[in-house]
Amino acid sequence: MTSYPISRRGMLKGAAALTGATALGTLPQIATADGHGLTVGFIYVGPKDDFGYNQAHAEGAAAVAEMEGVTVAEEENVAETVDVQKSMESMINFDSASLIFPTSFGYFDPHILEVAPKYPEVRFQHAAGLWSADEHPMNVGSYFGYIGLGQYLNGVVAGHISGTKKLGFVAAKPIPQVLQNINSYLLGARSVDPSITCQVIFTGEWSLAVKEAEATNALADSGCDVITCHVDGPKVVMETAAGRGLYVCGYHADQSPLAPELYLTGAEWNWPGVYTRMVQTVLDGGTIDNFDRGGLSEGYIKMSPLGPAVTDAARNQFEATMAKMMEGGFAAYEGPLMTNTGTEILPAGSSFVETDIALESMDYLVEGVIGSTS
Amino acid sequence: MTLADPSGRTPRDWLSAEGWLAGLARRSEAVAIPIMALIVGLAAFSIFLVFVGKSPSEFYSLVYRAGFGTSFSWQNTLSRTAPLLLAALCVALPARLGLVVIGGEGAIVLGGVAAGALAGAFSSWPGVIAIPLLGLAGAFVGAAWIGAVGFLRHARGVNETIASLLMAYIAIALMNHLVEGPFRDPASLNKPSTALLAEQLRLGNIPGWDVHWGLLIGVVLCVLSWLLIDRTTWGFAARIAGGNVKAAEVQGLPVGRLIIGFTALGGAFAGLAGVIEVSAIHGSANASLASGYGYTGILIAFLARHNPLAIIPVAILLAGFEASSGLIQRRMDLPDATVLVLQGFVFIAILLSDSLYGRFRIFAPERWRTA
Repeated sequence: MTSYPISRRGMLKGAAALTGATALGTLPQIATADGHGLTVGFIYVGPKDDFGYNQAHAEGAAAVAEMEGVTVAEEENVAETVDVQKSMESMINFDSASLIFPTSFGYFDPHILEVAPKYPEVRFQHAAGLWSADEHPMNVGSYFGYIGLGQYLNGVVAGHISGTKKLGFVAAKPIPQVLQNINSYLLGARSVDPSITCQVIFTGEWSLAVKEAEATNALADSGCDVITCHVDGPKVVMETAAGRGLYVCGYHADQSPLAPELYLTGAEWNWPGVYTRMVQTVLDGGTIDNFDRGGLSEGYIKMSPLGPAVTDAARNQFEATMAKMMEGGFAAYEGPLMTNTGTEILPAGSSFVETDIALESMDYLVEGVIGSTS
Repeated sequence: MTLADPSGRTPRDWLSAEGWLAGLARRSEAVAIPIMALIVGLAAFSIFLVFVGKSPSEFYSLVYRAGFGTSFSWQNTLSRTAPLLLAALCVALPARLGLVVIGGEGAIVLGGVAAGALAGAFSSWPGVIAIPLLGLAGAFVGAAWIGAVGFLRHARGVNETIASLLMAYIAIALMNHLVEGPFRDPASLNKPSTALLAEQLRLGNIPGWDVHWGLLIGVVLCVLSWLLIDRTTWGFAARIAGGNVKAAEVQGLPVGRLIIGFTALGGAFAGLAGVIEVSAIHGSANASLASGYGYTGILIAFLARHNPLAIIPVAILLAGFEASSGLIQRRMDLPDATVLVLQGFVFIAILLSDSLYGRFRIFAPERWRTA
């Protein structure tokens, strides 16, 4: 027969505990965000300490949090699904956020476009530069930086340091943003030595540590000696490459702590500068431009301090190129320029300057890049 | 109960057969034990919170507020519930046959891709016809995907748990290939996607609510699945086969067809979940489809002890936990993984509680039976 080792008294105790727990659940007294001042929301698609894309934005949020009269509400690991829609609404409903920075590319369409019309008094600022006055609400804005310029500068330094004349690039997906970084990196290196090539490996995902490590090792095995990348979190690539004794150039954020001796420089976002400027505009009663972009001179991007391995020749050309960029209108893409499959991109004498819209639908790798977009 | 019970009496005849008190006691067990386990899990998690220096009462009041405390919270929770209901059915239905299928994520993403790829062909059709057709297409793809797992299990003895999990990885890779290659809309530059669905193919909200129709579809399919399992001979046969395959075969039950049928049906629901995500949320198929609903569905199905009716409240509860994740991050400075840890505690408590059935005297019907 079945035994019943638990007594009725035990059950009653359990019931009492249940009642207590229910009572606990009915205490919804929580202080809402301070009624005064401005609450600014930041939403990240990954962890905010990823040494990469999300950390760069979180550093911007941290700078905003230092500002007088501003409260910051942050959320990390928010998926590009109904999740982000509800996170934005939750920040508005519970924290009275009136300015929100959803920072992942995939948050824009349909998620921001779905939520923004419901909250016309809230400003949604999206990192990517997709806003267009004809089709999108006025309380949505977009901003982005020409970080390809930073990869060009990475390439300048890499071109001086590389002994094998072969660079390596670990890339997430063959989309225009990423392709532009790969091409810029190579073109920067070729401005030093036109015989340099760059091997690229696509992992297929924005964040896939195992494949990123495999790709880095494969690049090392094929003779590449300066590695950079465009994935969400460059930590794995940097550590793996440095572990193999290769030089590295950073991306998104400063990764020099991961490889202090072998880190040359890095293309970093300067979100603290951008975000404090935008929040200050709102605090001053102004309106942020719906469409805002910039490069080095506008303070959108910056370079990591040059590492100990950088030679004087590299430093000189790096600084000279950077000075040219600061003047504005820099053209990394100059004709004659071919794709690596032999199609002409630019005839001799023509060029794409940094702001050229043609760069944003890039679907090719330039001559000298070893790899394929499909 | 045995197959040969001459009176044909089932536990459902409790009103007439054994007196209402005895029946109530019997039925309460299935509700009381999971609730107790839930409370134990929450209590254990409170201890964990105390160890990391956070206040459990603040935590639970935030969960309540963000998940269930306001009308916005409810709409937030219910919006997240919709895909979870269908994802959980993909686990619960095969589970009635004793199969542990954990790869529903694969059927979700491929169902979504099917909808995204076919939507172009229906762009001039009225929504009332085209949306159900897209749903059927996605359900068919999902059924084929998870049904294949059932077939491999039956025909080749391949372990369905491992097979479905590994096939989910294949499905996600296939989805990435399809939306970045053959089905890519050339206009989707930095986020490769299929072409946008025409406006009338988008599944709207339930009137007056900020919750799309997918919720109602999920609830209806949970109820229908319960009827299938609890009220039809097919469901009865499945439960027998789930209890003892050999005995079922001796009884002449079509075990192979049951296995393939139930896995395919579960896969069809998961595929439909993908279609609903595309039609109601994303507007096109892209990599965001792989957002883990299939894996949360596993947890829900186990917590609901594979009872399709119980899936509804459990899914709402877990969706509420997820809805509160943001507020917890913002107010308590806890990482987003906190809610996952909470789910883990609850999951373990519920699994452990399985050993408690039949051990509480208060639930024993004979104790309450009128002499």
